[in-house]
Amino acid sequence: MLELSHVNMRFGGVMALSDMSFHIQEGSLTGIIGPNGAGKTTIFNIISGVYTPTEGQVYFQGCDITPLKAYQIIRLGVARTFQNLRLFTRSTVLDNVMTSAQNRYINTYREEYFTGGMSQANRPAPESWYSFIESCLHVGRWAKTERTLRKTSLELLDRVGLADRADQTAGTLPYGMQRRLEIARALALSPKLLLLDEPAAGMNPEEVFELNDLITGIHRDFKLTILVIEHHMDLIMRICPHIICLNFGAKIAEGSSGDIQNNPEVLAAYLGTDEEE
Amino acid sequence: MKRTLILILIGFALALWPLGGYQEGIVILMCINCIAAMGVSILTGFTGIFTLGHAAYMALGAYTTAILTVRYGVHWFPAVIAGGLMAVIIAWLIGIPTLKLTGDYYAIASIGLGEAIRLILENWQSFTRGARGFPGIDPYTTRTMAVVIFIVLAILMFNLLDSRLGRELRASRDDGTAASLMGFNTPRTRMKALVISAFFCGIAGSLLGGYMSFIQPSMFDMMKSTELTAVVVFGGLGSMSGTILGSAAITLIMEYFRDISQYRMLIYGLLLVVIMVFRPEGLLGSHEVWELLRWRRKNNA
Repeated sequence: MLELSHVNMRFGGVMALSDMSFHIQEGSLTGIIGPNGAGKTTIFNIISGVYTPTEGQVYFQGCDITPLKAYQIIRLGVARTFQNLRLFTRSTVLDNVMTSAQNRYINTYREEYFTGGMSQANRPAPESWYSFIESCLHVGRWAKTERTLRKTSLELLDRVGLADRADQTAGTLPYGMQRRLEIARALALSPKLLLLDEPAAGMNPEEVFELNDLITGIHRDFKLTILVIEHHMDLIMRICPHIICLNFGAKIAEGSSGDIQNNPEVLAAYLGTDEEE
Repeated sequence: MKRTLILILIGFALALWPLGGYQEGIVILMCINCIAAMGVSILTGFTGIFTLGHAAYMALGAYTTAILTVRYGVHWFPAVIAGGLMAVIIAWLIGIPTLKLTGDYYAIASIGLGEAIRLILENWQSFTRGARGFPGIDPYTTRTMAVVIFIVLAILMFNLLDSRLGRELRASRDDGTAASLMGFNTPRTRMKALVISAFFCGIAGSLLGGYMSFIQPSMFDMMKSTELTAVVVFGGLGSMSGTILGSAAITLIMEYFRDISQYRMLIYGLLLVVIMVFRPEGLLGSHEVWELLRWRRKNNA
């Protein structure tokens, strides 16, 4: 489903990622862990096209997406959340979700997408689209589409427990709710691959517990492939059957939660060892 | 729907209220200023791109219409539309290289572009008559016509903002990175905003030409550009009704003080300072009139 092949990412003299390779199975729920500065968010930025890797390739569903821009990758069915929240703070909660719900795309001709048949390949999903003229005059598909968008968005908000906050300005929500709103907004794109960047950051234990259920729930119900970056070890250990551990931009371990917990290199990265000192 | 009806009612009131010749002129000027301000508002208030060169698009509209009607005898209506379209074409050409710039960089570039267009008009003597100005334009801008065009454009604008494009613009204003990671091609989003905004300013310029029946490049200098952006900030960035109210209010206030015209700019400056000190977010902030009314009603109940 997703494959990174020998990806290097250099920022000036800093090697943020070196020779990073891994493979994510369709339908899996994978955790990425590692100390601060290990390059976790850089991986997400590369997958979602914010950065182009210095060397190496990224494959999504068998296609090389390395040269594509962020919005093109998103339209192929990748969605993400952000470590430091990036909501559309001045819009309402509902508008935030509708904003991404209107960007559903169908990529029927995936082959052509890579040979220049861009417009054909990335057809907007008909149920979320209408033309400029229809926008100006509020005629034709406008009313029906807006109603559909509103309905699907409200359903998603209900799913993350924010339905009663729909009309509030997004920037005024409490922190934990903003995190959940980000998840709803990413889901509204109806992605195939969901990247969650530290979804539990700044949450209290109760909220983390709810988040556990939310992530496993959406993984099951939306038939998603999910990749989670997290600092909260207990969250990762509890929900992710498969874990990748990074340190200093390199993969140091990969395997089930049991393997990771007993891996000497992982322990060394987190606790430090005598040899290193 | 309700919004459209109210706008149409306002239109009827503006067009049919018995007024003297002088007041009619003020209504026309108000409509023209509001159209131009709406254009700047969609770019600055809703897409977050500051511009200090939009008077140039007014100039393009004004000159296109003037030349078409006077030299080629074209009827005013297609000529006004052509004025808007000319601004659109030039904006599109200018947008290709400059809209990769975001934030304050575009504002700086827009000063240069605005001045460049004005200087071209001033120095292309054979075609535009240069700094002497372009006289003898048929006074086609009547009160009814200005009001009708203003109301139609306002309806279209409000509809547009209440649609997928409106959300797209606001998303790229609030967080460009997040917008592109929600599947928006953000340089193209900015281009859409610029082109729409140029169309409005072009139309406003065309109407201004028809109202004054004389245009000259110095009418569309930096001063005018700054004024356009100032009005939008005055009304509230991200509020189209605020822009219209602000623009109408400033037009009226400036007319009211016409007798002491040497102090007009003083009053204008004072007004802006007072608003910025007491309401830094502008008259209506980033909310539309009806949203504020709805909240008030909710709070009272």
